[in-house]
Amino acid sequence: MESTVKTELQCYHCGEPCEETLWLDNKAFCCYGCKTVYEILQENELCEYYDLEKNPGTNLRYVSDETYAYLDEKDIRKKVLTFDSSSFARVQFYVPAIHCVSCIWLLENLQKLNPGVLRSEVNFSRKNVTIDFKPQEVALSSIAKLIASLGYAPKINLDHEVQSRQTTVIDKSLVLKLSIAGFCFGNIMLFSFPEYLGLDQSDGHLMEVFSWLNILLSIPVFLYSDQDYLLSAWKSFRQRQINIDVPIAVGLIALFFRSVWDIISGFGPGYLDSFTGLVFFLLIGRWFQNKTYESLAFDRDFKSYFPLAVLRKEGKEWIPVVVYDINPGDQIRIRNMEIVPADSILLDEEALVDYSFVTGESRPVRIVKGELVYAGGKLIGQPVTLAVEKKTSQSHLTSLWNKEVFQKPEESRYKRMIDRAARRFTWVILGLSLITAVYWYWVDPSQVWLIITSVLIVACPCALALTAPFTYGNMLRVFGRHSLYLKNADVIERMASVDSIVFDKTGTVTHGKDPEVTFTGELSEKETMWVGELTGYSTHPLSKLIHRHIAAISNTPVNGFKEIPGKGIEAVLEGHNVKIGSAEFTGFHERVDGKASHVFVAIDDELKGFYSIRTRVRNDIEDLLNRLGEKCVAMLSGDNKADKVQMSTLFHPTAQLLFDQSPHDKLNYISDLQHQGKKVMMLGDGLNDSGALKQADVGIAVTDDTGVFTPACDGILHGEEIGHVDTFLRLARSATKIVKAGFVLSFLYNAIALSFAVSGHLTPLVAAILMPLSSISVVVFTTVAVNVAATNLVNESNNRNL
Amino acid sequence: MTIIILLILISLSMAIVFLLIFYWSMKSGQYDDTYTPSVRMLFEDKKPSKKATPSGEKKVKK
Repeated sequence: MESTVKTELQCYHCGEPCEETLWLDNKAFCCYGCKTVYEILQENELCEYYDLEKNPGTNLRYVSDETYAYLDEKDIRKKVLTFDSSSFARVQFYVPAIHCVSCIWLLENLQKLNPGVLRSEVNFSRKNVTIDFKPQEVALSSIAKLIASLGYAPKINLDHEVQSRQTTVIDKSLVLKLSIAGFCFGNIMLFSFPEYLGLDQSDGHLMEVFSWLNILLSIPVFLYSDQDYLLSAWKSFRQRQINIDVPIAVGLIALFFRSVWDIISGFGPGYLDSFTGLVFFLLIGRWFQNKTYESLAFDRDFKSYFPLAVLRKEGKEWIPVVVYDINPGDQIRIRNMEIVPADSILLDEEALVDYSFVTGESRPVRIVKGELVYAGGKLIGQPVTLAVEKKTSQSHLTSLWNKEVFQKPEESRYKRMIDRAARRFTWVILGLSLITAVYWYWVDPSQVWLIITSVLIVACPCALALTAPFTYGNMLRVFGRHSLYLKNADVIERMASVDSIVFDKTGTVTHGKDPEVTFTGELSEKETMWVGELTGYSTHPLSKLIHRHIAAISNTPVNGFKEIPGKGIEAVLEGHNVKIGSAEFTGFHERVDGKASHVFVAIDDELKGFYSIRTRVRNDIEDLLNRLGEKCVAMLSGDNKADKVQMSTLFHPTAQLLFDQSPHDKLNYISDLQHQGKKVMMLGDGLNDSGALKQADVGIAVTDDTGVFTPACDGILHGEEIGHVDTFLRLARSATKIVKAGFVLSFLYNAIALSFAVSGHLTPLVAAILMPLSSISVVVFTTVAVNVAATNLVNESNNRNL
Repeated sequence: MTIIILLILISLSMAIVFLLIFYWSMKSGQYDDTYTPSVRMLFEDKKPSKKATPSGEKKVKK
């Protein structure tokens, strides 16, 4: 196939525009990585990869050369493999890069690339690949390396694996309970039909058989399907608390035993259809609320940010060891773009460390021999040797996780609305059944027990219990459609009560990447090209930004290139001396504003001007902040004050703007607000926000790519949708209103049913109609109400943005 | 009348068989991933040929 001629060439592999084009077989590639993958695939006749989707590959320009050698260490291997024997092993890798049909196809054809692989299978929704292989023929590390070399670098996290397996087990048992309840409910309804229609009163024998069959069918529902409700009620009863499950459990038990007693004593057909039906509806509600975003992780701690293994000096060799096994005094080696796993002392002359992970500060810090490098810093440039000072778990950054916020279980902090309602409800029911009992004791003592059980049966607040799961479950889906992924339904309830919002700066208010580059001064077109070319030689992040900003490249020969770390770069182009760097390096002495980072350009020792590099603010943030007004109480940034002026024009005058905040400062700020009685929502992105996100009543991580790291949080929001934050908050508030309306509705039903029960007219037929009807109407009401509210609000906010 | 009871028992046991089949299908992971299999069935099993044409005649045009 001929490559099409366009104004801009696209890489055949990854589809990114090519800057320096490499050609092979008439196809353009943007980098060696992409070309290599194509060559591997072509050699192995796997080019069908490119037929399934257009430009399916992942860009390999910024890929680190992780070795994965640590995977062959015994301890790690044991944790990663799901099955291991001498001739067969199975491993499951999480591969965030999986995104299209071609990915599936290629990853399922691994056996053609390495004969040691027996079979590989992709799970697209979970973004993982399961690989069966022969351990005697191929090492685990080489499999990881193989898929990484194709652009599908696996993310290895030992704890996450275990967690995700557990949640699947819970999920499966819920589906099983639901299916059994549904099965029994359906069949019991069939056997109850003669009763509904009042037929065949003469044929008592057949009726009896049906009744006994009903008992048989309802036993698994009672013993297995409603287990969660009974156990939870028992647990809270023992703690002398009343949650919503207590009245439900009482109602279910009363229903079941009263029905069995009725049937055994030949008194009537019982209420088993209502009983199984209610369990069925309750489980549907629970299943509906249990929406999980399997490919997202909400509970990450520092472990997922840090490398799993690091090279340690043992004798004369460098051997990979697990990060948690390194001890103070060990010598470790860190390579370009790797993260320092523990607080350590630099042993080499100097190093550039990027702390953006920890502090949000985007400019790399220069560290000289003997200085301390904090854990979480990312090395830029030459490999360095470090001496470890503290263990990983005790280092500066990770000490955040030892704070109590991270130890407390979450539920105890919030009293759920529904439990409050349940408490009042239970007292009312108890009082009512007492009065009824006393009344009937005087009127007809033989009826007392029947009436009391009837009251308990209809008092079972199933409709009440369905209101919240369906409202919040629907709301979770609405949020999910607008790229806000919440951890669970409880978060919505907390969102509704939020009255203060705190923002992080880098990555939240501003874009994490792609800052704005502007030039002040005068440069001819040719000189601009020189600058563009020269900055391409440097590895300094500011140079790289300028290089990317100046797209045009001349191929002027560069002579005498010199890079003076911490100062700038210098070279001779076409006989002109070009200097790019700091103010003192280029001989600039006037003051420039402190809002942005500056890079100065001097040609033949004559100052030409400077580039200002300023972080770009997200599009919708200004409108959002206007609408939020005083609700937005603060902005916390780990960065220096460079952006203060720019930020103060954005934020409401009452909002506090704090800079140079450490992760601990941020956490303390949030807890101070909470001590003032505020309900705080925190929006942040980096590891440095994770303490604050966890402490806040609602912590939302903002990210531009849900596949990459997000810290522990209650929800993940796509950066593009940040302008909708106020809409989300209003939706959460309308959700709680809908729940309250649902409560009223279900109380109405209960009042009607109770009037039947109290007066002694609750026949099985009345129960069979009334109870499912109340459940269904509550479900329909909440579902419709949520969708109407969502459409209205979303339309409104879309119109505003137009 | 006994025939009705017999029929009911037969239908009930059939229904239980279906429940068990559902249980088996869930246990064996058929609902774990509902997307990938739909794509996988469309892949062609290419026999290794000496000279593979990258965009050969097997390409499906929409």
